[in-house]
Amino acid sequence: MRKWLVFTPLAIFLGMGVFLLQGLFNDPRVLPSALINKPFPEFNLPSLYEPETRLTQDDLKGEVALLNVWATWCPTCKEEHEQLNRIGLQEGVTIYGLNYKDDPELAREWLAQYLDPYAKVIVDADGRLGLDLGVYGAPETYILDAQGVIRYRHVGEVNEKVWQNLKGLMQAIAAEGDEV
Amino acid sequence: MKWGSLLLLLMLAWPALAIESYDFSTADGERRYNQMVRELRCPTCQNQAISDSDAPLAADLRREVHRMIEEGYSDDYILEFMVNRYGDFVHYRPPFTSQTWILWFGPLVLLVLGALAVLRIARNRHITPVEVKAQQQELPSALSPQEQARLQALLKSAPQETQQETKS
Repeated sequence: MRKWLVFTPLAIFLGMGVFLLQGLFNDPRVLPSALINKPFPEFNLPSLYEPETRLTQDDLKGEVALLNVWATWCPTCKEEHEQLNRIGLQEGVTIYGLNYKDDPELAREWLAQYLDPYAKVIVDADGRLGLDLGVYGAPETYILDAQGVIRYRHVGEVNEKVWQNLKGLMQAIAAEGDEV
Repeated sequence: MKWGSLLLLLMLAWPALAIESYDFSTADGERRYNQMVRELRCPTCQNQAISDSDAPLAADLRREVHRMIEEGYSDDYILEFMVNRYGDFVHYRPPFTSQTWILWFGPLVLLVLGALAVLRIARNRHITPVEVKAQQQELPSALSPQEQARLQALLKSAPQETQQETKS
């Protein structure tokens, strides 16, 4: 028994080593959203194409959809735009755009140039809605259920791999909605 | 020359321009603001307080803290506002929850364990010469009988002298 006691420090060291090694593979930039399973924050903001029209959180309800936070100043947004076009225009998934801290004029030009995958685009020029959402870096992509509740957040580029994951989650959320 | 010195002045002023200044209606509000922006962590820049960062998000958060202080909200309310949006990450002092207890008590537990280990080792080392002798006698001797006899003779001669000295 005493003999084995000698190995205690080694065991503790190995235990901590495994624990800390795991930490190396965690991306510290990925933060859990504080808004999961909470309703989308209330807002009243203009639409990008019809500045006279005000959009509110009720405009995001009705079906399981994606909400993509983007801006023309954000390089990763440009990289993921093609993927969003495939999701929105080819697969026909509803994507809402949140144009975050951007110039609406530039945003319209951008969508004219690179195509527009968004069903609706909300203009959040001063970033107040972004703040309520806990946005800390564009692009961010949220999954909303039919009741407008935030179910998932992805921070960073949406590529094919991320989309397959999001797609699975959206299908699961849509399925549970059908059961109710 | 005149332009040169003006440029120099502008360059000196540049760091001050990076962080905006706010006016406060009360001195207490300003003090609370200064404390608050040091305790809130900037979510985009990972390891900076929002007071240290010139990231646009940090500026937004400072603006919100200023707004809420001016509108008369309490520190707790402002903190809750931030945590509701950005999670516990935004606060440099993590709250005590089932997930964070190890952060709070881990070091203390390690300290106690270490102290116990040191205590144990120290106690085992604290053995009087008499006990050593007793232990040695119990152990099977690796010495030959002749050597044993010589050792006993040596042991008898030296320590007994000192013992006699102390006695007298």
